[in-house]
Amino acid sequence: MTTATTSTDTNVAPIFHLPEEHVHPEGSSTMLGFWLYLMSDCLIFAILFAVYGVLGANYAAGPAPKDLFELPLVAVNTSMLLLSSITYGFAILAMQNGRTGQTQLWLAITAVFGAAFVGIELHEFAGMIHDGAGPTRSAFLSSFFTLVGTHGLHVSCGLIWIVTLMVQVAKHGLIEANRRRLMCLSMFWHFLDVIWIGVFTFVYLMGMLR
Amino acid sequence: MSANLQTGAAGHGHDTAPAHATFRGYMTGFVLSVILTAIPFWLVMSGVISSKQGTAAIILAFAVVQMIVHMIFFLHMDAKSEGGWSLMALIFSLILVVIVLTGSLWVMYNLNTNMMPGMHDMSQMP
Repeated sequence: MTTATTSTDTNVAPIFHLPEEHVHPEGSSTMLGFWLYLMSDCLIFAILFAVYGVLGANYAAGPAPKDLFELPLVAVNTSMLLLSSITYGFAILAMQNGRTGQTQLWLAITAVFGAAFVGIELHEFAGMIHDGAGPTRSAFLSSFFTLVGTHGLHVSCGLIWIVTLMVQVAKHGLIEANRRRLMCLSMFWHFLDVIWIGVFTFVYLMGMLR
Repeated sequence: MSANLQTGAAGHGHDTAPAHATFRGYMTGFVLSVILTAIPFWLVMSGVISSKQGTAAIILAFAVVQMIVHMIFFLHMDAKSEGGWSLMALIFSLILVVIVLTGSLWVMYNLNTNMMPGMHDMSQMP
């Protein structure tokens, strides 16, 4: 081993990386990086789900899920988020075809559905707090508001992001950077829909079964 | 078509836009999601199955299937995206999620049943 190195390192410095490493264009690793962020976000939600799973039955003699949840409203809310998912998909398809106007239109429709989702959720929260079932009432309600509220906060951030990107696309068109941003938002938006599947199943539907 | 050519030229194989996002794929995912959402809601709202544990198990199964549908048709997950690293990160996260969820519920369930005798019946108290 020593003989091998001494014979070769006369004037050539040792190389510790792949010699034929090709140049990575700007943003080529963004999608993977964003996916890793989403996975860490997934862990935040996993912890909040675990907290709800542990505390979800501690009503402190207060209202139970059956007294509070209105499944028809949750069904409407779920369909809002599902519709916003498919319209975002249409925005991505329009983007792939290079149609700026169509992309903007579908982004706007997605934002309307997203805003409807947040609006219905705020209406539900306001009704619960008005009935004395606020987050301070019991451990069940604390964990409920934390979990569902965190999801709603994510959707609200997504709405701000959609509006930001609509301004960006209006200013610069569907340039490479904007395409990348739209793809990141696509992952974020669909990811939030995946989390919502867990919320409506674990919190609302299973809450009604208790 | 032209968009694919543009991104392909700019990224030499590192496409930022997945080439497999198609209308057909999105619609398939959407229709499957609608069905997989409607059935659990119907099961709970109508109470067709008398056993609550049975209903809970079925709606949990539907949720898992719908999450997989979203992953495939909306998030375009497959073993090849980002050279397989996306799937690796997902599997790693899922392992952590399972440990966190089952671990918390298991430990806290035992804690509730083995400690504080009489205290776990708070809802019966005035």
